[in-house]
Amino acid sequence: MSDLLIQCRGLCKSYGHKSALQGVDLQVDRGRIVGLLGPNGSGKTTLIKILCGLLQPTAGEILVDGQSIGTHSKSVISYLPDRMYFADWMAATDLFDLFHDFYTDFDRQKAIAMCESLGVEPRDKMKTMSKGTKEKVQLVLVMARKAQLYLLDEPIAGVDPAARDFILSTILTNYNEEGSVLISTHLISDIERVLDEAIFLKEGKVILHNSVDNIRETEGKSVDALFREMFRAQTLEGGNF
Amino acid sequence: MEWNLSDDRPIWLQLSEQLARQIVSGIYPPGGKLPSVRDLAADAGVNPNTMQRALSQLESEGLAVSNRTAGRMVTEDTAVIDAARRKMAREIITTFFAAMAGLGLSRARAIELLKEEEIHE
Repeated sequence: MSDLLIQCRGLCKSYGHKSALQGVDLQVDRGRIVGLLGPNGSGKTTLIKILCGLLQPTAGEILVDGQSIGTHSKSVISYLPDRMYFADWMAATDLFDLFHDFYTDFDRQKAIAMCESLGVEPRDKMKTMSKGTKEKVQLVLVMARKAQLYLLDEPIAGVDPAARDFILSTILTNYNEEGSVLISTHLISDIERVLDEAIFLKEGKVILHNSVDNIRETEGKSVDALFREMFRAQTLEGGNF
Repeated sequence: MEWNLSDDRPIWLQLSEQLARQIVSGIYPPGGKLPSVRDLAADAGVNPNTMQRALSQLESEGLAVSNRTAGRMVTEDTAVIDAARRKMAREIITTFFAAMAGLGLSRARAIELLKEEEIHE
């Protein structure tokens, strides 16, 4: 088993004339929690969707767990999409049944236990749940799998700060330690301390990939501060005021 | 416990300093068991790898020892803990003198003030 969980070389994706990824080279090891950070429209979701097999890259190579995207990669990836896809009439327990049928690594007991600790009643129907509660159910489904790669697209964007801490600790205490977690977000200060590594995406390119400790040691500032600096400087350069 | 993490320095370093302070202050007594990496990481809300690095630092300083069967313990060697306490105290004293110098007070004057303060108490 190779240590590299994700390998991308020269990955490109265009939507018609609009190019979302422009030659992404990336390597992610096992057992890491990685932040995929970038402003809106920098290509975070596109990269995640390619990893899941929901989008085909226009050019370039991508391997997950040593294999190209397909049945195997889908069986080892647990994906939290950036929007809800559940049917209203379903209860969380129905979704557990569905996941249990689909994924051999889904742990129903664990899902029930996580619901309890998050204060979610699993027999409630989706349509009776608040947005925050639905997001918790979605997180439970994703984290109750013993996956190699967890892809979490904006897991904390829609919830209040107290629930954010709750969600982050749920991720920390439940991920499979031999696997890796890739979290996309622009709320950096909230997740900085749970990250091993940070990847900065800008206009479809990786402009920085380093460990959080290295960034703090060499820059003498937090990843959040560095991010603000890098992205502010670049907006100003482009404008003629 | 309360963890205080500032933005400008590596997180593992801050964690190991705060754990060292707890060992020195006796919250974790000599020879006592330390919580697991996972529990400490969850408590501080940090990545387990970061906490692991902080604990490795404590081991290399001799404040913690790893035991195959029983997990990680605080050292039983009180001399090591005393030395760590002295080192921390010296850092506080250095900061104190620097702050006093900032007020325009010499070391000798600062020590005089310190003694006066002691008499008042």
